[in-house]
Amino acid sequence: MGELRPSRRAAIQRMAAEYAGMTLVLAALVGLFSAMSDHFFTTATFSTLANRAADLTVIAVGMTFVLVVAGIDLSVGSVLALGGSVLGVAMAQWGWPMPAAAALCIVTGLAAGAVNGAITVAWAIPSFIVTLGMLEIARGGAYLVANERTQYIGDAIAGIGAPLAGIGVSPAFMIALAVVIIGQIVLTRTVFGRYMIAIGTNEQVVRLSGIDPRPIKAIVFMICGGLAGLGAVFQTSRLGAADPNAGIGLELSAIAAVVIGGTSLMGGRGSVINTFFGVLIIAVLEAGLNQLGVQEPAKRLITGAVIVVAVVADVYRQKLTRARS
Amino acid sequence: MNTPAPAPGSDQPTLLSLRGICKSYAAPVLTDVDFDLHSGQVHALVGANGAGKSTLSRIVSGLTPGDGGAMTLGGQPYAPGGKAEAEAAGVQMVMQELNLVPTLTVAENIHMGHLPSRFGWVRRSVMNAQAREALTAAGLGDVDPSAPVSTLGVGQQQMVEIAATLRRSCRVLILDEPTAALTDPQIDLLFEQIAMLKQRGVGIIYISHRMDEIFRIADRITILRDGRVITAQPTGELTMDVIIRHMAGRDPVEATDMGERTPGAVKLRVEHLSRGKAVRDVSFELRGGEIVGLAGLVGSGRTETLRAIIGADRPDAGCVYRNDSSTPVKIRQPRDAVRAGIAMIPEDRKQDGLLLSQPVRANTTLATMGAVSTAGWICSGDERRAASRFNDIVELRGAGIEQNADELSGGNQQKVVIARWLMRDSEVMLFDEPTRGIDVAAKWTVYRELADLAGRGKAVLVVSSDLRELMAICDRMLVMSAGRIAGEFTRGQWTYDDIMAAAFSNYLNRKS
Repeated sequence: MGELRPSRRAAIQRMAAEYAGMTLVLAALVGLFSAMSDHFFTTATFSTLANRAADLTVIAVGMTFVLVVAGIDLSVGSVLALGGSVLGVAMAQWGWPMPAAAALCIVTGLAAGAVNGAITVAWAIPSFIVTLGMLEIARGGAYLVANERTQYIGDAIAGIGAPLAGIGVSPAFMIALAVVIIGQIVLTRTVFGRYMIAIGTNEQVVRLSGIDPRPIKAIVFMICGGLAGLGAVFQTSRLGAADPNAGIGLELSAIAAVVIGGTSLMGGRGSVINTFFGVLIIAVLEAGLNQLGVQEPAKRLITGAVIVVAVVADVYRQKLTRARS
Repeated sequence: MNTPAPAPGSDQPTLLSLRGICKSYAAPVLTDVDFDLHSGQVHALVGANGAGKSTLSRIVSGLTPGDGGAMTLGGQPYAPGGKAEAEAAGVQMVMQELNLVPTLTVAENIHMGHLPSRFGWVRRSVMNAQAREALTAAGLGDVDPSAPVSTLGVGQQQMVEIAATLRRSCRVLILDEPTAALTDPQIDLLFEQIAMLKQRGVGIIYISHRMDEIFRIADRITILRDGRVITAQPTGELTMDVIIRHMAGRDPVEATDMGERTPGAVKLRVEHLSRGKAVRDVSFELRGGEIVGLAGLVGSGRTETLRAIIGADRPDAGCVYRNDSSTPVKIRQPRDAVRAGIAMIPEDRKQDGLLLSQPVRANTTLATMGAVSTAGWICSGDERRAASRFNDIVELRGAGIEQNADELSGGNQQKVVIARWLMRDSEVMLFDEPTRGIDVAAKWTVYRELADLAGRGKAVLVVSSDLRELMAICDRMLVMSAGRIAGEFTRGQWTYDDIMAAAFSNYLNRKS
């Protein structure tokens, strides 16, 4: 093992370099808001923030996977609404117990993702178009299932989204954290993750190397759909109700978080951990601006500017690392 | 520096003069380079990959500013601020990489930047007529100016690019590896054009790895090594051996015992393979321990044959058998071929061969992840050891396994692809143009690697447009012409003329 030590050290240095930028930006934002508002730097703020971020986190992990294989999934917001509606109807009308209804919700997401993936690979259609179709289909499905009404569930589902006494974070957030860690491990340590990165870099090379890229891509879309379903469970639990109008524009927040985290829209490069930082930056920004009483138009302007600045900064960061190596 | 000896063209006034040109990126690429080009002269620039040829031509053509030194063009100070300025001054460059827009037509590409138009509307008929003239002048009379460039072969695209460049006013023409994708007749046409340009007083900087071409057309040769001018002499005063020694900085590898092996058992049998018009009823056998050449003109269906064998494109008919089996291998996609031990090393390494933004390690193990993982988990120690081991076998030098593939030289990139298939233990290796665009020294290494693979009992098939190369390294040669196998020769029985005759045979009486 002695021979491996220098590369271990190099790996740690590389890791520090990779996450240092995101940590700095996050710390700067927290510092800024703490300085501007007396109530920002409190346990209550961070507890709320963490619990609200759970749904976006799991969806952004799925989106990271899709972007790494050079795809895109525009349907996650609608799939979340569809899953949530199924969950709401199952619990409020059919009287299903929560675990069964939550499982059905995730299976719904998996199924929608599977359709996305299957159509994308079977006919080699850009996933942008396939998932744009699914965005409408799943939304329509959500209205149909929920009969265009919000399904009130109440306390029966609140357990997942409510902060646990003593820790201050909800089971949803802890599951989301676990998903982030597992996602990062899958991406960097498994053969499946290696194939994902390879497909995103150059699918033709992968194919000529004797690997069928199609099932891998299809599974990635399925994972993304399933995580949208999981996000639906979290959100429904937090709100105590399932709204078929939920998640409109959520795909863009997810893509924003992933891109802020430095994942390339061209595929082949990405980090689930950095996506998580991206989610936190968006969440901190949202919470901080709310506390400062900033109005919706200004909030949107600022959030948009942060996304663009983050991506520009990433271009420079990459140039620097390339010049150094 | 050597004093310039009299040479053809040197009685003419100096057209382009470079003094003390320097350029550094992370490390110095060019150091104190002097270079003179006279009117009507073909001045060849040779050197190994990374010697600085391309950087020098980029400086002259205004694509990259130099760090130091001065240039004069026709006696006037010349410091182009960009490619457009250089072109306005009459300095044109045909780049090594194709510079055409594949979705536009041939005519639109030829007129790129100055489409004939009236009130903003493109005058298609005028454009096509002018394009046809330019194409005919370049010997491409049979190319349809209104066809999209993507429908042409790589060789024809290269000729279109040259035709496009020649339309512009031209005092200095830089040709960077213009013949890499051309067939011999196309090369002849190019050289006729060059002769015409010389008569018009155009000075030509000619960059090529192909020594035979340089001896054919260059009046003067400048040899670069590690960014410095090693020597600049009239062609007549240099021999191939001397040039290679100067380029490599050491003695060239002997070319002996490149062929003459004893072939073993049949490893691959292809029967009646057909795909569209490109591959017609192709049958042949490959034995272990032999190198078989697949010769033919560009567009004769060689690449298409390889792709059909490994299932990259589905064949219309035909079967592939492994060893002496009488049941064909079912090949529906490359995965099936790879599992059957058949690998293709594609011509375009950057497009089809390598994950450019990934490290050498990941590129090496890509086809054999199973061997360095347990239940889907990558064992990074195993992976590093495997990558090191196979890149040691192919003698990857000057690059580590954690270096990204796009940072490697062309020769090293080729080695990494070979290492991938060595690791996969593929028994049949199909090489498509393995030495395209790599320098002479690296070519020898590739030849040695091919011989080494055959020595390990692999069946090796090599497609190459460089017939002399095939004649040097192969035990047996198949010749394709218009999609068919038009001849088979064994070492000792072939002559250059016979093989060329076979390559042309199906084009003489057939309209295809």
